[in-house]
Amino acid sequence: MVNTLPQVAALLPVFLLAFTGLALLLVDTITPDARSNTSMAVVGALGSLAALAASVWLVVSGTGSADTGGAITLFAEAIKVDTMALFFTAIFASVTALVVVAAHDYFHDHESPAAFYSLVVFAATGMALLAAANSLAVLFVALEMVSLPSYVLVAYLKRNRGSVEAGMKYFLVGALSSAIFLFGISLVYAATGSLLLSDVAEGIGSLDGLAGVAGLGIVMIVGGVAFKTASVPFHFWAPEAYEGAPAPVSAFLSSASKAAGFVIAFRLFTEAFPVGASLAAGIDWVLAFGILAAVTMTLGNFAAAVQEEVKRMLAYSSIGHAGYVLIGVAALSQDGGANGAVMGAAMAHLLVYGFMNTGAFLFVAMAERWGVGRTFEDYAGLARRAPVASTAMAVFMFSLAGLPPFAGFFSKYFLFMGAIDNGFLWLAAFGAVNSVVSLYYYSRVVKALFIDDPASSSSLDAIDVRPTGLYAAVVFAAVATVLLLPGFGPVIETAEAAASALF
Amino acid sequence: MIEALIGFTFVAALLVLLAPDEWAGRLAFAFSLLPFVGSMYLWSGFDGAGNALTGGDIAYATQIEWLEVGGRTVSWFVGVDGISLPLVVLTTFLVPLAIVSAWTPIDARQSQFYGLMLFMEANLLGVFTALDFFLWFVFWEAVLVPMYFLIGIWGGPRRKYAAIKFFVYTNAASLLMFIGFMSLTFALGDSASSFALPEITGAIADGGLGTWFGISPDRIAMVAFLAMFLGFAVKVPIVPFHTWLPDAHVEAPTPVSVLLAGVLLKMGTYALLRFNFTMLPDQASALAIPIGAIAVISVIYGAMLALAQKDLKRIVAYSSVSSMGYVILGLIVFTEYGVGGATFQMVAHGLISGLMFMAVGVIYNATHTRMVGDMSGMADRMPVAVGIFVAGAFGYMGLPLMAGFAGEFFIFVGSFSAPALPYAPIFTALAMFGIVIVAGYLLSAMQSTLFGPFELETDYDVGPAPFHDVAPLAVLLVAIIVLGVAPDIFFEMIRDAAVPVVEGVTIDG
Repeated sequence: MVNTLPQVAALLPVFLLAFTGLALLLVDTITPDARSNTSMAVVGALGSLAALAASVWLVVSGTGSADTGGAITLFAEAIKVDTMALFFTAIFASVTALVVVAAHDYFHDHESPAAFYSLVVFAATGMALLAAANSLAVLFVALEMVSLPSYVLVAYLKRNRGSVEAGMKYFLVGALSSAIFLFGISLVYAATGSLLLSDVAEGIGSLDGLAGVAGLGIVMIVGGVAFKTASVPFHFWAPEAYEGAPAPVSAFLSSASKAAGFVIAFRLFTEAFPVGASLAAGIDWVLAFGILAAVTMTLGNFAAAVQEEVKRMLAYSSIGHAGYVLIGVAALSQDGGANGAVMGAAMAHLLVYGFMNTGAFLFVAMAERWGVGRTFEDYAGLARRAPVASTAMAVFMFSLAGLPPFAGFFSKYFLFMGAIDNGFLWLAAFGAVNSVVSLYYYSRVVKALFIDDPASSSSLDAIDVRPTGLYAAVVFAAVATVLLLPGFGPVIETAEAAASALF
Repeated sequence: MIEALIGFTFVAALLVLLAPDEWAGRLAFAFSLLPFVGSMYLWSGFDGAGNALTGGDIAYATQIEWLEVGGRTVSWFVGVDGISLPLVVLTTFLVPLAIVSAWTPIDARQSQFYGLMLFMEANLLGVFTALDFFLWFVFWEAVLVPMYFLIGIWGGPRRKYAAIKFFVYTNAASLLMFIGFMSLTFALGDSASSFALPEITGAIADGGLGTWFGISPDRIAMVAFLAMFLGFAVKVPIVPFHTWLPDAHVEAPTPVSVLLAGVLLKMGTYALLRFNFTMLPDQASALAIPIGAIAVISVIYGAMLALAQKDLKRIVAYSSVSSMGYVILGLIVFTEYGVGGATFQMVAHGLISGLMFMAVGVIYNATHTRMVGDMSGMADRMPVAVGIFVAGAFGYMGLPLMAGFAGEFFIFVGSFSAPALPYAPIFTALAMFGIVIVAGYLLSAMQSTLFGPFELETDYDVGPAPFHDVAPLAVLLVAIIVLGVAPDIFFEMIRDAAVPVVEGVTIDG
């Protein structure tokens, strides 16, 4: 070992997030005054930025990468830190930082904002742990650690009927899918006799007539993944939850929580159920994911095109993007030379998406803060009063659509190219057609902001405050979305190396 | 050097965006002079030879690796040759003039307007200098975004429709072109290790195309050619893909029309020359007759449409469709004078159509109408502006000693005896007939609006145009005459870069 630090230091980002959550509880206890909003936001932001710095530093120093002796396993192999885990932790930490900073202004008049910050940070801790889980048991516990705070966060505006209803729906669907996921795990355990991912993979190789049991278990696990990533067929909670939840929570769920769902998929379907062994056992989950990806992206994009409310449009667009990222699993093949490339591209897309989608939802949070309304018409002419924020929103929209001057172009392009290289031309074609459709509804937002005239001369008077935190978060996300285009090289190289290590 | 040029223009765009509205126009003009000086410097020290894509010496080349896609490197690769340098000069020359011409008509959100203009200039410079496909594509698409806003925010009554139509048409076209090019790179397989255009051109010329997804190399090349041709045809635009152009032009404010006609349309012909005619010359010559026919149809049909218009701006807009037809004709004949003349015509038409749109704009600023029937005798009230307008119109008709004559003359010389295009004399003769129609509509439009007794229903007095409206017109006219008298200042280097394109084609029979 070149690294002189104890191996457990590889979990530094997770510890930092966990301690931040505890520190937040402590701050809240010391100053139980409801006005502790600012100190909570500062602690939350510093903690998540520290976790981001730690994970970036660990990635750069090569911790857990193939060059420095491979993944670091801890706690009887229940935890495994590799570059992919750290990469995803960086995504979670960035989104958390953005959301926490923005929430400071969003909850400025909420009666008890304190719990919000600790819930978000604890959920992020769960995600970071999820990314490093190497055993189905740890995986499930971490998943619940993400889910439980999320239910509360969606219903956080407890006097708002929409928020409470959304929380209820999310909870019911979530509880059901957790049960299905857990049942799937138990079936896989029954068939393979182990919870450790590497042992499960060995077990898949010698099923001895238990292929049916294992197959059913895998199908159930796919269902759990589909719920967490808001993919068909468990997508229907997403528009309700994202629309009803406070906008910073929608940002958090649709960016970080979705990425957490994908890290499960990437981890399980490379290490526990490798393509080759699964196909040999007659379990063709590649085709299942392919169909899910195609249906998800098509449904998301076409549904988004007919929405009248911006937040709901963004919710469906996030379903569409889940479809794109699913290509990262759906385009794997037994001896495909581009397996690492396509999964790496999906990871890079999630990183870019973490900035552009979070930014877009935070712009909606700003609009909610101003109280300008929710539909496209209500957004008309906002650029005249808020040119900086509107420009940032235009950047997010064009980048989500995959237009070249922004990072979303490269991440989507690499994804589709990876799919083609692996022989999945049809998936890339689906993706390209859907991207064209998406340009329509994304450009509607830009048109409303910049080109349409405000409904009345007084309709812009609602914009009477310049919430510093929200502005900072939105502008930072926009700058990141632009800079990730020239800076895409290191990102995609890291992601590809991380993904290739799994095959 | 080129990086500095593009980078400075981006920074200038940002600074202007943040400047107060009152002096954003002045500031933008001052900033835009620097890229012009920079391009003059590029021109004075130009040491390129041959065509950048076919292994010629690239001037001011910089290549820095950016990232890697599926085993191919993408790099920041810029440089100029005899074809791109004149277009760079054209861009940096037109932008300051367009900015000055905006001082009168643009009276709202000025800092955003001028910022977007400079932002577009930076991307246009990128389009003409980028020699890596990805870099080029990023700039190519990035031009659309400011254009969308410039039409959509500052345009006329139907601006929303025009902006969306422009955006959707050109984006769909870009996607088609992108797919076409990508299928080429997939078929090249390991024969090319980067997205650098010179390398890809070389690999295709060396027969590097392989079978991909069971499709034979010839068929892939043909499909890619068609996809890219259709993609660029929308941008040029070639009949029947021209319908976005009159809408965009009519709704766009004058300075935006100047850049749209003067530079943006040249993106299409430039890309056709670079991608279709230099990379896949054999596919082009196999399709010589249909492409020649489309060129002639564009010339004649565009001119006929112009003849039927009552709106001065629409007249100039449709005549651009016609002029671009000449460029396509020059390209498809694959002769030194044809390809060289087509490139020269891009520059010449950039200047002349810029002048025409600006002149129409000056008249519109004073009269608030562009309808031929609404006014007459404008020469009485604004003699200088009208004088330059008439001179420019004669340039359009191809009056000798003006840039338009030189460009069209080269094209016709090149196309009359072209081995690559069967029945070349017939195509040429038909295209020449277009000039007659041009003379017809321009003369009749000028006759009824500019001359005769002054007539215009207004409740104010129409006087001479302000100095800063007329000055850009005069500068443009001087440039047009200089280029007409001494076409060699550009044509030498253009010809040098055009010869390898001509030599790249194999003509059977």
